[in-house]
Amino acid sequence: MPVILATDLVVYLLVGAVFYFAAASRKEGALSSAWRELKRNRLAMISLVVLLAYVGVALLDSVRYRDPILEDDGTAARTAEGGLIYSPQALSLLDRAFTGLRLNTEKTYSAPFAAALYSKESIELSDGAIVRDYPPLKHPRSHWLGTDKVGNDVLYAALKGVRTGIVIGAGTTIVIIPFAIFFGVMAGYYGGFIDDIVQYIYTTLASIPGVLLIVAFMLLFGTSGYQGGLISQKDIYFKLFVPNDRLFWLCLILGITSWTDLCRLIRGETLKLRELEYVQASRAFGISKPGIIYRHIVPNVMHLVLITFVLQFSGLVLAEAILSYIGIGVGPEMGSWGNMINTARLELSREPIVWWNLFGAFLFMLVLVLPANIFGDAVRDSLDPRLRFR
Amino acid sequence: MLTYIIRRILYAVPIILGVNILTAVLFFYINTPDDMARKILGEKNVTPAAIENWKRDHGYSLPSFINTEEKGTAKITQTVFFQKSVPLLWFDFGRSDRNNIDIGNEIKHRMWPSLAISVPMFMIGVIVDLFVAMMLAYYRGTYLDLWGLFLGVILMSISTLFYIIGGQYFLGKVLKLFPVSGYDTGIYSAKFIILPVIIGIISTVGSGVRFYRTVFLEEINKDYIRTARAKGLSEGKVLFKHALKNAMIPVLTNVVVSIPFLFYGSLIMETFFAIPGLGNFTIEAIQAQDFAIVRSMVYLGSILYIAGLILTDISYTLVDPRVRFE
Repeated sequence: MPVILATDLVVYLLVGAVFYFAAASRKEGALSSAWRELKRNRLAMISLVVLLAYVGVALLDSVRYRDPILEDDGTAARTAEGGLIYSPQALSLLDRAFTGLRLNTEKTYSAPFAAALYSKESIELSDGAIVRDYPPLKHPRSHWLGTDKVGNDVLYAALKGVRTGIVIGAGTTIVIIPFAIFFGVMAGYYGGFIDDIVQYIYTTLASIPGVLLIVAFMLLFGTSGYQGGLISQKDIYFKLFVPNDRLFWLCLILGITSWTDLCRLIRGETLKLRELEYVQASRAFGISKPGIIYRHIVPNVMHLVLITFVLQFSGLVLAEAILSYIGIGVGPEMGSWGNMINTARLELSREPIVWWNLFGAFLFMLVLVLPANIFGDAVRDSLDPRLRFR
Repeated sequence: MLTYIIRRILYAVPIILGVNILTAVLFFYINTPDDMARKILGEKNVTPAAIENWKRDHGYSLPSFINTEEKGTAKITQTVFFQKSVPLLWFDFGRSDRNNIDIGNEIKHRMWPSLAISVPMFMIGVIVDLFVAMMLAYYRGTYLDLWGLFLGVILMSISTLFYIIGGQYFLGKVLKLFPVSGYDTGIYSAKFIILPVIIGIISTVGSGVRFYRTVFLEEINKDYIRTARAKGLSEGKVLFKHALKNAMIPVLTNVVVSIPFLFYGSLIMETFFAIPGLGNFTIEAIQAQDFAIVRSMVYLGSILYIAGLILTDISYTLVDPRVRFE
C-alpha cells in the first residue's frame, strides 16, 4: 500500500525539475550555452554528480509503501470485512535496501568497524566465571560509522538525513518561487501603487529577523503533524496521502520568511525588461499586459530563479541543522543531521569520547553543502556573471 | 541633511507599525491567549476557570483587536493589541508570561554580555576579512588566490555547530586554553570571551573574504585604477591606497547594517557558551514557550534592523557625496 507524504511530492517535483532542465539544456537557447560553459568546469561537474547522487538517495527514501500485517501462521491479517490490514510503518525503498543496517542494532555505542562494544560489561563465561570486558557485537565489523547510544547504526541515520536536507533545500524554493515571481513581476511591471504595496510588504517581512520569525511561526503552527516514525491512521487521507507533515510546515515557513530577496531581484529585472525594445514592440502590437508578462517577462526572469535556488540551497541545509538543534526543526523521529548533532553534542564530553555520531553528520553535510556551493557559484557565473558582484 | 534624516525616519514609521501589527496578529489572533494559557498551564487538567484566571492575571482577558463592549476610544484601547503591542512602540515590553519578570529591565542587563561577545567578534572579524580579501585580490589569479578561495568555500560549507562543538573540544577541553563555557562579571569575563570570539570569526571568515574580494576586484577594474597604474604607482600602493578607499563604500554598508545586530548577539553562540545575553534569553523563552518574551525580541530585532538601514543610508551620503539626498 503506497503512502505519499507532502514532502515526497517535493522530492518528485525536484526530480522532475532536474529532468526538465536536462531536456531544456539539450535544445538551443540561453540554457544550453550556459550548460556548455558549465560542462567545461570540471569541479562543477564533479559537484553535480555528487548532488545528483544525494537527490537519488532522497528519491529512494521518498518512495514508500506499507506492508500488510501477517498473522502468526504467515497469512495476511484481514479485517472483518476482508480488507487487508497494513502496518503503520511505511518503509521507503531506501529502508528496504538497507534492511541490514536498519535492523542490525547493537546494545549501545560501538566504534566504526569495531568488533566489540565501546563500554565494558560483566560477561558470564561458559564456566560460570564473570569477567569485565568489552562484549562482542552481535554484528561485528558491519557498522562503518559505528552505532549510537541505543545501538542504532550511524551510517543509516546519516543516510536518512539526506532526504531531510534535500527536502528543506528544494521545498523552501518551491514555496518561494510563486510568491517571488508573482509579487516581483507585478511590482516591476505595473509599478505605481502596486509597486509601493509590494515593496512595503517585503521590507516589513525582511525587517523581522529571519530566525525569530521562523521560531515564532514554528511555535505556533509547526508542533502538529507527522514527525517521522509510525504513521497514524488519522493522518492518512485518500488511503495514501499524508498532507500534514511537519517537515513541509518547516519548508513553508522558511519559504515565507525568505522569498523577499528573490522578489527584490525579480522586481529589478522586470523594471529593466519592461523598457527593452521587444517588450515595447509587443506593447505596440497591442498584446495585453498579462500576455506580455506571461510570454516575455516571466521566461526572462527564470534564470534568476535558478541561480537563487542553487545559491540558497546550501544555506537552507545549514539552517535546518541549526533549527533542529534549537528544537524547532524537524521532529525527533525524522532522521536529520541537526538531530544527530543535537544528540551527539554531549558525547565529546564523556570519557572516552564518542566522535563518530558527530563525524557522520559532519561528513554527510559537508559532502552535500560543499558541492552545492561550488555548483551554485558555477551556475551563477555561467547564467549571469554580473550577479557575481552583488 | 537633517531633512533627509527626518524623512528617512518617517519612512520607517509605517514599517514599524507593520511589524507591530504582524507580530500582534501572529501572537494574539492566530495563537489565541487561550492557547497560550493552555501551553503555560500544561496541556492536561486545565479547567476553563484556570485559563480565565491566568488570562486576567497576565492581561490577556480583553478582546484581541476591537472591544465591542466599550464606548468611544476605549473600543480600541481596551484590547489586547492596544495594551500589549502598542506600548512596544515606546519600548515598554511589559512582563513575561511565565515568571512575570520585567522584560525591558532584563534586556537592559542582558545586552552587555551580548555586546561583550559580539563587538570584538565583529570588529576583529571585519579586519581579518578585509586583510585576507585584500591579500587574495593582490595575488589574484595565482595559486594563492585559487586555494584561498577554495578554502573559503570549504569554511563556508561547514555548519556553525561544528565550529562551536569542535572549538570547545579542541581549544577548550584538549588544549585547555580557555574555559569551555560560562561567564563572569567585569574584567573576569575576558577569558570566557576569547573562545566564542575566535570561533565566531572562523565561522564567518569564508563568506566575508569572498564578499570583500569581489568588492576589491570590482574596484580594480575601474578607470581610476588604470590611471594610477599608468602613472607608475606600485601595485601595493594602488591596492591599499586607492582601491581600499573606494571600496570602503560597500564595506561600510555591510558593516553599518550589522551594528544593531551586535546588541542581539547570536542565538546559537550564546547557548553553547552559556553567556547570559539576549540570544540566550530568547532561546530560553522559545524553549519555555514564553510568548511575551519572544514577541518582544521579534519586535526589538526588527527595530534594530530598521535602525541599521537608516544608519546605512546616512553613512552612504557621508562617504559618497555623489549620493544625493532624494
